[in-house]
Amino acid sequence: MKDFISIKFKVWRQVSKESNGSYEEFSLEKVSVKISLLEALDQLNEELTTKNIRPVTFDHDCREGICGSCGFLVNGQPHGPKRGTTSCQLYMRNFKDNALIILEPWRAKSFPIIQDLSVDRNSLDKLIISGGYFSTDTGNAPDANLIPISPKKAFSSFETATCIGCGACVAGCKNASSSLFIAAKLAHLGQLPQGINGKKERSIKMRKQMTIEGFGQCSNNLECEAVCPKEISADWISWMNKS
Amino acid sequence: MNNFINPNLPTGEVEGAWQKTVKNLSNLTTEKKNKFEIIIVGCGLSGSSAAATLAEEGFKIKLLTYHDSPRRAHSVSAQGGINAARSSSDEKNKVGIDQLFKDTLIGGDFRAREASCQRLSELSSSIIDQCVSQGVPFAREYDGTLATRRFGGAVVSRTFYARGQTGQQLLYGAYQALSRQVNLGNIELFTKRDVLDLVIVNDIARGVIARNLINGNLETYKAHCVVLATGGYSNVYYLSTNSLKSNATAIWRAHKRGANFANPSFTQIHPTCIPPGDIYQSKLTLMSESLRNDGRIWLPKKIDSKDDPENIPEHERDYFLERQYPKYGNLVPRDVASRRAREICEKGFGIGFGGKGVYLDLQDSIKKDGLKVIKAKYGNLLEMYERIVGEDPTKVPMKIYPAPHYTMGGLWVDYNLMSNIDGLFVLGEANYSVHGANRLGANALLQCLCDGYFISPKTITSWLANNKGIDNRRIDEACKEALNYVDKKIKTLLKIKGEKPVDYFHRALGEIMISKCGISRNRNNLKSALEEVEILSNNFYSNLKIPETNSGLNVELEKALRLEDFIELSILMIKDAIEREESCGAHFREEYQTKEGEAKRNDDLFSHIAVWKFNSDNNSHIRFSEDLNFKKINLNIRNYK
Repeated sequence: MKDFISIKFKVWRQVSKESNGSYEEFSLEKVSVKISLLEALDQLNEELTTKNIRPVTFDHDCREGICGSCGFLVNGQPHGPKRGTTSCQLYMRNFKDNALIILEPWRAKSFPIIQDLSVDRNSLDKLIISGGYFSTDTGNAPDANLIPISPKKAFSSFETATCIGCGACVAGCKNASSSLFIAAKLAHLGQLPQGINGKKERSIKMRKQMTIEGFGQCSNNLECEAVCPKEISADWISWMNKS
Repeated sequence: MNNFINPNLPTGEVEGAWQKTVKNLSNLTTEKKNKFEIIIVGCGLSGSSAAATLAEEGFKIKLLTYHDSPRRAHSVSAQGGINAARSSSDEKNKVGIDQLFKDTLIGGDFRAREASCQRLSELSSSIIDQCVSQGVPFAREYDGTLATRRFGGAVVSRTFYARGQTGQQLLYGAYQALSRQVNLGNIELFTKRDVLDLVIVNDIARGVIARNLINGNLETYKAHCVVLATGGYSNVYYLSTNSLKSNATAIWRAHKRGANFANPSFTQIHPTCIPPGDIYQSKLTLMSESLRNDGRIWLPKKIDSKDDPENIPEHERDYFLERQYPKYGNLVPRDVASRRAREICEKGFGIGFGGKGVYLDLQDSIKKDGLKVIKAKYGNLLEMYERIVGEDPTKVPMKIYPAPHYTMGGLWVDYNLMSNIDGLFVLGEANYSVHGANRLGANALLQCLCDGYFISPKTITSWLANNKGIDNRRIDEACKEALNYVDKKIKTLLKIKGEKPVDYFHRALGEIMISKCGISRNRNNLKSALEEVEILSNNFYSNLKIPETNSGLNVELEKALRLEDFIELSILMIKDAIEREESCGAHFREEYQTKEGEAKRNDDLFSHIAVWKFNSDNNSHIRFSEDLNFKKINLNIRNYK
């Protein structure tokens, strides 16, 4: 394998929500296979900057797959071709020399575009704000060991709590549904002893908000599970519907 | 604002001093609390937990962050765990609290306040209760009680964890508590805002100036007091384990407005990170230090070896830590491991990109314990390494190198977490409080949550109870002045029209800082670093290129504004490192070491916190000091031999 490759980017460019967008192509030479896709975009942006061309806007921060900031379609797939991997952890060695990489923003009514590959995912926060929490005030917590939780239950709750809120599940769904996102939160809280009582009410609130925010309904295509970088199972959607 | 440094420490015994202090703090009725507004900048663990708690109590909160959602703050990346002294009986609890107190203070090499470390240890147990009640799914034992593990060389098992994602789970707990308060209308969220200045009215912090990152507009926010919870500044080094947007701007701007900066040169380096593979690499990913339990660290004996490591025969390998430290071998403390790796790489033996890397080899452990055992121990770490580097660490030795990870230095605060500016509180990594010259593993999350859930809500309430009220006549004037200042700063940057993008300068700054004010320091290097940063600064202001964007959104401008402050902060870090003529904790001055190469403290001259004041009249800094006194514990020498 070569140490450096050439890449042709075809990128969705749109200055703002109000303006029209279009694809633009850029060639990038001498891309180390040891850098990530986002670092290749950094390299492209440095070139564009020196040429006084507006750099490509994309979201990112931690660059280690945990903050959930990054995310766009890479050749049509949310976060790209590698399973269980965020865009920032997608390395250039996964692409061939002279490959064409098409980058587009998440497409969903509930994620209005900000610029280029960056979208507004505030709607996901609104789902949590609608009821994705327990209602204990600081300082009123009982002894944490008072209610034992089996390691299996704790781990199952943890697995659903690993959702990073990137929005890939919505972007991957043809109905732009956020069912996996809310199912993961309901399962995180609903599997814990203090969450059992409020389970139904929490579910009603979050589902209602899902409709208000313009997310679609689940159509059981399981694309959400396939594109989730944290590999959260779509079985939790059935769990949510049953309980 | 005054120059006299009064930490407002409790008098008498340090044990239980916080509880006594709380009793003497003023409180307010909920009705009165409703009338006060508080600005909180930053939504990581300390900012989110403070926002949620203060809102629950009845205050009106304005929370500003540059993220699109509070869930993304850098606390999310913390892997290891959170320390807490928790036992079944009161008697055992006291022993645990004493141990955590001692480890925190000794870990920090006696450069932190005793009373603050004691408070941290005493509050730790309630933090775990708080987090569990929010639904944080900590690991459990078979009987359903909370599990703990040993961490960072501690002799006791007191670290609570949620696999390798403890920071993420704790942050989500705080984020959800905060979301509940947003729902109730007690917190107003202002996302995608970069705070660029502090507004001071009659010597009291009353507001901030923020840039809306979507439309580029400058906005004014007013409140009765301001809380900065904006994290650390490891990104001074360009490559670090920090998230890319982590920056020093809010604390640096507050510093320029009069808030004192404490021990800026105290920065922590983590020994086991994945080294850079190319110039465009943007960050260094941390690999758990636990790998040193089963990995042997070595380099080829031949300089500039191009051979594949698996083909280098045993007699041509230098297991340099085992050679230099026969007793501890690969398990020497973090800073010792980092310094030895750096030294030997500087001599030309290093491997990988730029010769900045050493091998961490799991082969012998695999031969001894079997591949299955090693995979079970480090499974997800090995996968993470393979994803980033593209090599299977069970077949090819891993490449690792030390990387900047955490900054102990920060804005000076008193025992109440208030800076020397009245009404300006600073929480979490942004302040200088309990970590001294080196932070103990699994204490970062603990400090953030102590600050946010338990300390600041009490001290802020008390401060507000004695508040005189906003001078409405002068606040608009002060806001206008700050707004104009920021506007001018932005215009200056946009007007440069040079040739080089921001990252070009940031990389150059990082190289100077890591080689001369990083793992190991000496007077000559520090002096030359000072000159190099000055030259870089001049270059930046004459050759920076920010492209025209035709929209308010301008990422290159955001980065330039941050780099500007990093450059100024670098100069202060170097000055602080020069002035501290001793080695302590993570601050290693080559001139001050024992025959064995260990850090040599100078308690006679430097048992103090260095406090730097900015003098705007002549754009210079003055160094003060706050003496440290130890009543509960005797100063002794760290000893790993």
